Amino acid sequence: MFRPRPDAPAATIEVEVEDRTVRVPEGASAAAAILLAGLASLRDTPVTGSARAPYCMMGVCFDCLAEIDGVPNRQSCMVTARPGMRIRRQRGSREIDPHDRPEDLPSFPIPAPRSGGA
Amino acid sequence: MRGAHRMAQFDAIVIGGGLVGAAIGYGLVRDGLKVAIVDEGDIAFRASRGNFGLVWVQSKGLGAPHYQRWTRLSAEEWPALAQELGERTGISVGLEQPGGLQLCLGDEELEKRRLMMEQMRRESGNFGFEYRMMDRKEVADILPGVGPSVAGASWTPYDGHANSLKLLHALHKGFGQRGGAYLPNRTVVDAQAAPHDFRLGFAGETIAAPKVVLAAGLGNAKLAPLFGLSAPVRPQRGQILVTERTSRIWPLPLGSLRQTQEGTIMLGSSEEDVGFDTGQRPEIMRNIARRAVLSFPWIAELQIVRAWAALRVMPPDGLPIYDESAEFPGAFTANCHSGVTLAGAHANAFAPMVAAGALDPMMAPFSAKRFDVPAAA
Repeated sequence: MFRPRPDAPAATIEVEVEDRTVRVPEGASAAAAILLAGLASLRDTPVTGSARAPYCMMGVCFDCLAEIDGVPNRQSCMVTARPGMRIRRQRGSREIDPHDRPEDLPSFPIPAPRSGGA
Repeated sequence: MRGAHRMAQFDAIVIGGGLVGAAIGYGLVRDGLKVAIVDEGDIAFRASRGNFGLVWVQSKGLGAPHYQRWTRLSAEEWPALAQELGERTGISVGLEQPGGLQLCLGDEELEKRRLMMEQMRRESGNFGFEYRMMDRKEVADILPGVGPSVAGASWTPYDGHANSLKLLHALHKGFGQRGGAYLPNRTVVDAQAAPHDFRLGFAGETIAAPKVVLAAGLGNAKLAPLFGLSAPVRPQRGQILVTERTSRIWPLPLGSLRQTQEGTIMLGSSEEDVGFDTGQRPEIMRNIARRAVLSFPWIAELQIVRAWAALRVMPPDGLPIYDESAEFPGAFTANCHSGVTLAGAHANAFAPMVAAGALDPMMAPFSAKRFDVPAAA
């Protein structure tokens, strides 16, 4: 459905979209790679499960959410494609593993709570 | 009719189309009144579009048990209002009232909270106030992944949350369906008040009614004196951060943290006295994020997708103002910083009082006359 413009720079960056290998020019976004991969969609919405694909390409609509290099819910249009990047389908909302505590969390004092009633 | 000037007559005019005005307007048309809601446009501060979405009871009314009662009344009216709005408008406002927890970080906060909750119970008298303090272990059993700083929490069965934007939409839709006239992009500059006779002038148009309700949020401060009333409200800024959508993790709202039905996690809350400034400050946002991460370290891994600030409508003592004008009977004020929580009371209790023409005696402690007491020398 989508093709690079004739005047686009050479496609030198190789990424993986689901199980397909796609080449995009340097500086292209991960969302551009998704579109070039020819997939009909790359995520299912959390509420109704309907299929979505990149749309606004400028960070507004959140329809291009994808799992990129293992991190879910990334706005792929805001992420520059890098060699070897792995872009995967975002199925619904992010799964939380609440016991997976980040180990490099800096320690900081407890900020005061709001004084009034919530 | 002279010239192009139009004059429209209503039974009641509500000034303000936010959650407070829309809930009152909705209640009035449901009672069969012919009602106009006058609203500003995008120049308004619109607290109703920036709030957190809690239907929150447990911390309301320390030292002011009438406010706790009013809040509880509203929480009790909420299910009926939500169901009625759903049936009439087809809009689900996403109400859940499973009770709520307020997390306390560190032993000092927990002890302060314990004292506060016990005072709330003492002051409630025969009305009652059910609450329980939970220790860290009990909290950890309900909420997976609590951080080491969490010392415990207070719980009451009364708390809940809802989608406040859908509530605003549903109230407006329900108001319109019942024949209510929504008049946006109008700033009240020309107001004439006489007992049971109020006229508001706009460019080329006058509307009149025997009743007027001032529900213009921060705008009430300037409007109230035109109607023999007082509403000394000031802006208090609050900031909110919102994460990406995640799988459902919390069974109940947590005061300054809540997960929406769609899955985003909202992080609050803050208080700043900065006038009419809706900007954001990194140090405030950082403190909000820090409290959230101390409560649940895994929140640090989530992406923040939105953040905003909005202005609470704050009376001097933090309690709502409801009043009726002695000079111009038929004029009422309604001011509060809890337009979501109090929507049930506004639609189902306050509006019927306005329709009947006088506030119930239970509203007397909310009169702005409480600010008239001369300061001791």
